[in-house]
Amino acid sequence: MIETYLDNNATTKVDEAVFEEMRPYFCELYGNPSSMHFFGGQVQAKVNEARKRVAALLGASADEIIFTACGTESDNSAIRSALEVQPDRRHIITSRVEHPAVLTQCRNLTLKGYRVTEIGVDGAGRLDMEEYKNALDEDTAIVSFMWANNETGVIFPVEEAADMAKSKGALFHTDAVQAVGKIPINMATSKIDMLSLSGHKLHAPKGIGCLYLRKGTPFRPFMVGGHQEKSRRAGTENAAAIIALGKACQLAGDAMETENTVVKGMRDRLQSALMSAIPHSRINGDGAERLPNTTSIAFEFVEGEAILMLLSELGICASSGSACTSGSLEPSHVLRAMGVPFTCAHGSIRFSLSRFTTNDEIDTVIREMPKIIERLRMMSPFGREHLKG
Amino acid sequence: MWDYTPIVKDHFLNPRNVGDIADADAIGEVGSLACGDALKLYIKLDENKDKIVDAKFQTFGCASAIASSSALTEMVKGKTLDEALAISNQEIADFLGGLPEEKMHCSVMGQEALEVAIFKYRGMEVPEHDAEHDHGHAYPEYEGTLVCKCFGITDTFLKKVIETNKLTTAEQVTHFTKAGGACGSCIPKIKALIAEVLGQATAAGSGKPKLSNLKKMQLVQEVLERDVRPMLRADGGDLELIDMDGDNVQIAFRKACSGCASSGNTARFVETKLRELVYDGLRVQEVSQ
Repeated sequence: MIETYLDNNATTKVDEAVFEEMRPYFCELYGNPSSMHFFGGQVQAKVNEARKRVAALLGASADEIIFTACGTESDNSAIRSALEVQPDRRHIITSRVEHPAVLTQCRNLTLKGYRVTEIGVDGAGRLDMEEYKNALDEDTAIVSFMWANNETGVIFPVEEAADMAKSKGALFHTDAVQAVGKIPINMATSKIDMLSLSGHKLHAPKGIGCLYLRKGTPFRPFMVGGHQEKSRRAGTENAAAIIALGKACQLAGDAMETENTVVKGMRDRLQSALMSAIPHSRINGDGAERLPNTTSIAFEFVEGEAILMLLSELGICASSGSACTSGSLEPSHVLRAMGVPFTCAHGSIRFSLSRFTTNDEIDTVIREMPKIIERLRMMSPFGREHLKG
Repeated sequence: MWDYTPIVKDHFLNPRNVGDIADADAIGEVGSLACGDALKLYIKLDENKDKIVDAKFQTFGCASAIASSSALTEMVKGKTLDEALAISNQEIADFLGGLPEEKMHCSVMGQEALEVAIFKYRGMEVPEHDAEHDHGHAYPEYEGTLVCKCFGITDTFLKKVIETNKLTTAEQVTHFTKAGGACGSCIPKIKALIAEVLGQATAAGSGKPKLSNLKKMQLVQEVLERDVRPMLRADGGDLELIDMDGDNVQIAFRKACSGCASSGNTARFVETKLRELVYDGLRVQEVSQ
């Protein structure tokens, strides 16, 4: 079966050039970068090169890069550290549409006596900046807003939000897991203190992430032990994966223009074809600034898991904001926060592209999707009612 | 990805009996767009209004909701209304070769739609179903206090599902009914309902007459013959009941079990079986004879 992979916000293919870069560091060059011999030393040199490559993609300097195991670890480390270094401040600001890596942690912190404000979004998924401005105060320790939303691709004005946080003396963190490699990021001109990224979202392997920590920002490590990462993240470096991440960041920088022209063009073609072929559908986040690779489309009167299963039968991989796919019973918190009606939220499908996406893949979805929606609507009591009228 | 059985996949990809019956004798609707799944079931009876000759469905929902609906329509055909009413949600799940526990509410939805259809046909008062919002099972049989406001589920309905499916945790209740699956504020109430149902079950259990030593011995022998020895023999082993001293059951292993390094585990297995099937105060001792 020919695979049509349009679920790149879930995870991406490891670029073959990335894999080749990391390959020698398992069986041949397996030294510990911390060792005091040439064998470890040559791995350390490669790790340093990787650090520079990651920094270059972010417009940062190499010593601002801390390698972690994943985006979630970076998010957890950033928020915990911000609270520990400012014990007098007891307020956290985040948004209602964050990834669980941030949201769950913030909600757990309310149990420890922290005050948490979750800023809402409008119908297009845009952050309510007025609500944010009013929530910020001298007690705010940390603001954590995602750079781009994983489900809808909606981009938040994090640089402006960081400026506002700094004016109150609060630290600012952004979960940029979906943004890095897809839109240009320049930490040199921003006031963001901390930024999380994850390797497997940009064609590096799973199990590697990074926390950008602005020079001079006070920090308490989450993992303690050895002196790795300048004692900011203990634990033997995952050298091969770090080297892979460095290469992936270099390639992402090279592909940035492709991402915002070719990939965006395919995304636009996909969504406009589906919107015109399928009545009773809408784009979640339409009107907001969005990532070039993501589109989330709500199809009324049908349920997302059933759509995904039928797509999967045809070798097409996508994802859904529906309740049934997650094991939870409510549709995605992101779509709910945007006020997407239940009639649509259950039938929302996310297609996320990458530089490896082909026009053939887009054609396949454009050809098959209308048939799938029609089939399920004919089976659905609500679909039949509405389609009759 | 859900681990669906081939039968679930088949009934989802090739659903039987999709559609409607223009002159249906009974129609049952449950669920809503808000809940994320809904089922409209049509039933046609024979001339004598005795047996179900045809059933069709329309379902809004996930793969297992569609498969459960399809299975239900196949199961009811040829049955009398009373026979159809006796179908449990577990039987719908069994027909499909099982459902993931998180998806058991799909089988419950099928069973409910069937009940609504038959109750309505029999002239029991059923409130108008509001397909935009209701869960749809607030009919007289299940009147009661609203427990889960998010999905509109009453205590009477929950107690019925807890009892028939022998549920013991709030998580299971959510998997079977959705109650507690959204805001979660009713979970303490669900736990209280489980305790109530379990309490009744324990009270009924403790009403059992205390076993006499003779009866205990008889039951132990029965269980060993029926549930234990055939399993040991299948692995080339065996055991013998030596004696009973109060609640101590003395056994000796034979054949491959005798001197087997894991006979301790086997003894524990025997004890678990006896406690489950005879009386939970029993202890198993291995003796060498």
